[in-house]
Amino acid sequence: MSQTRLLRALFALMISVLLALPLAATADEDDGEKEALPFSDLVVSLPEQRYSKETGCVLPESEMRRNHMKHILHQRDETMHEGIRTRQFSLEECINCHAEKDEQGQYIRVEDKRHFCATCHTYASVNIDCFECHSDIPVRKSKLHTLRSSLDPRPSSEHIADNLASGETLQLLTNEDEAQ
Amino acid sequence: MSDISKPKDKARRKFMLKAGVAAGAAAIAPGVFLTMPAPAQAKPANQPVTSSKRWGILVDANKCGDGCNACVTACEKQNGWGAANPSEETHSRPEQKAQWIRKVTIRDKATQHVTTLPMMCQHCETPPCADVCPTGASFKRADGIVLVDKHICIGCRYCMMACPYKARSFIHEDLKNQKPWAPRGKGTVEACTLCVDLVDEGNIPACVDACNSTKGGALTFGDLYDENSEISRELKTYGGKEIRADLGLNTGVRYRGI
Repeated sequence: MSQTRLLRALFALMISVLLALPLAATADEDDGEKEALPFSDLVVSLPEQRYSKETGCVLPESEMRRNHMKHILHQRDETMHEGIRTRQFSLEECINCHAEKDEQGQYIRVEDKRHFCATCHTYASVNIDCFECHSDIPVRKSKLHTLRSSLDPRPSSEHIADNLASGETLQLLTNEDEAQ
Repeated sequence: MSDISKPKDKARRKFMLKAGVAAGAAAIAPGVFLTMPAPAQAKPANQPVTSSKRWGILVDANKCGDGCNACVTACEKQNGWGAANPSEETHSRPEQKAQWIRKVTIRDKATQHVTTLPMMCQHCETPPCADVCPTGASFKRADGIVLVDKHICIGCRYCMMACPYKARSFIHEDLKNQKPWAPRGKGTVEACTLCVDLVDEGNIPACVDACNSTKGGALTFGDLYDENSEISRELKTYGGKEIRADLGLNTGVRYRGI
């Protein structure tokens, strides 16, 4: 009887060790000095021109990868109902910057997995219906002006660290929108 | 004709009038004022629209050419519907095709006098489409432009039933190649937007622009609350009718010569 109990205890111990192993491994990875960006194993095409030298995209990449949908949603309601037409989070400008051409020189449509938006959304099994109504390719020239080179940035790491663009950048972006 | 300049807050209206006079008039000598029409100025892109403006169009049916279709073609081209969007050709029936603006011909049975006029969303002050919308997708912007927020439109089409002007269309099939400034897609209702994207940038709607560049010049676009705007001065001098004025909708689109 006691033998069976011992065996059972041993078995339980083994199972718990097995279960704990992957957890421990994950914990080890988390201890690394920098958290990886979401979908960092994905090869995502970069636009030809960056919005700003400081942040790359309209906000730091880490912020855009996590929260682009929130920014677009917010912009959508403001534009639709209040006529606020700033370009920083305009879906049209996302497309203008991130659209890619294929070998024939034609813009890649959203049905194609190589389309910038489709790349991640296919990978993450996210179904979006933006492009049932909105244009998935550039139609007119961008109204965004990339920041002038004279406004050279400080090292970018500190801004990415707190997932926010510096107040200065945001002010610049706002001024740019006002100027339009 | 009902009073166009009739915002709910009378005191505010008075203040706006005073401010407008102060801005629009230059004193040459005591008692002599030179009143200049204020130039169309775009609001800053980051500012919301306000109820200090109300956009409207005055249609002079006497100048509207029989057989001229310039306004419709321009609207199609600007907003990417009808003939300007090949993906729409497959739509099943002609009655189901989108119609943001159309030409209407009226013949007076007694005199045989023929009048033609463009008919589109009349941008009512009290839009019945917004009243009946169950989701709040049909709404009126602060500056009087009536729009459909297709993000929340469920395609019930109550608004199409409610509209006395048959100004709205429903999209039955998948579309491609929409314009970025005029998103439209299957399962939603759409109508004239008064070219809201152009107006927000200080430009005039495509139909008005097209009509002015033909010999017609039947359309005048402007701010109904600004008494120095061309449309207000025309309306003050010559008047302008609402279609179905009996409904008391106080439309932003007015007609002359009907």
